[in-house]
Amino acid sequence: MGLTDFLNPVKGFGVAFHQMFTKSETVQYPEVKKPTAPRFHGRHQLNRWPDGLEKCVGCELCAWACPADAIYVEGADNTETERYSPGERYGRVYQINYLRCILCGLCIEACPTRALTMTNEYELADDSRESLIYTKDMLLAPLREGMEQPPHPMRLGETEEDYYRLGLAGAEEAPASPSQDGGRRSSIDAAVRAESGEKK
Amino acid sequence: MGLEEKLPSGFLLTTVEQVAGWARKSSVWPATFGLACCAIEMMAAGDPRHDFSRWGMERASATPRQADLMIVAGRVSQKMAPVLRQIYDQMTEPKWVIAMGVCASSGGMFNNYAVVQGVDHIVPVDIYLPGCPPRPEMLLDAILKLHDKIQNTKLGPQRRKQIQELEEAKRRRLPLLGQQGAI
Repeated sequence: MGLTDFLNPVKGFGVAFHQMFTKSETVQYPEVKKPTAPRFHGRHQLNRWPDGLEKCVGCELCAWACPADAIYVEGADNTETERYSPGERYGRVYQINYLRCILCGLCIEACPTRALTMTNEYELADDSRESLIYTKDMLLAPLREGMEQPPHPMRLGETEEDYYRLGLAGAEEAPASPSQDGGRRSSIDAAVRAESGEKK
Repeated sequence: MGLEEKLPSGFLLTTVEQVAGWARKSSVWPATFGLACCAIEMMAAGDPRHDFSRWGMERASATPRQADLMIVAGRVSQKMAPVLRQIYDQMTEPKWVIAMGVCASSGGMFNNYAVVQGVDHIVPVDIYLPGCPPRPEMLLDAILKLHDKIQNTKLGPQRRKQIQELEEAKRRRLPLLGQQGAI
């Protein structure tokens, strides 16, 4: 029993009254779009090399990894006159059925060339089943500056491997297999050590 | 004979359609049909952060006779299918359906004998919403796209004509893959 017990019945109103002066939590969605987490699994994207060639080699590993069978890939051979990707093959048909896709990202993990990644785009709703099967032209990344619409010959190297090693200066020093000290980490350390040694 | 002949063709009816569409879309009452994890996200769409009461939708109810939008959220099992159809039949016209999530839209990853491969086998679906589960913003986006559709719905004979045209367009649409060989 306290002295202010007689206030108990109105204390609840105090809580409600207090809420009137707090900031509203509502995000005014269509006008204000709060960014998603940076690794949010949204719509897929088929990436390109800096010269515009496609990274997808049509290996179908994404389709095999897909637990919902949402991806359909048909590979084809690159020819000397018609080249879409460095190397031998490219994905001629690439479709993702977003009515099956559960956006789990297993296809991203499976992709050996990082051709397939996910964007943060999530506004996918549509009014027919057909329009939610995204074809290759809808999934391909837009051409940035310096990129050229394939087919065109390889501009950044002689072979497929040159492309894979783009921006990997000093990759020769890195061990191909994990070493005793712990693989990649130690190879990076070795690279840093080599670099600082050069400066001296 | 009178004033209506001097009016530009279709003027009066389109305005009525727009007004009716505006009235319909401004307060869509959802009959929630939460069946699985998507229902959690559907509930989240009503929370303070996303707040679908901004479009007069806070009366999410389990009473189909007072609702005009069915949000099918989750996988529909074969056993649930007749129930779902009955709920839909009990709703009053005009009514709309959102298939929320991949399971409701096409069966999703549950490609098996227990799950209906898309609620459009049972009821006509207006908006398909992919995602597993779709985040509340995706549902709000789907609702806004449905609002667009409701706003531009025609009335009377125009509506019948519109339905016929849509059916015709659907019938004539070619498949994305050629029909050569078995896939």
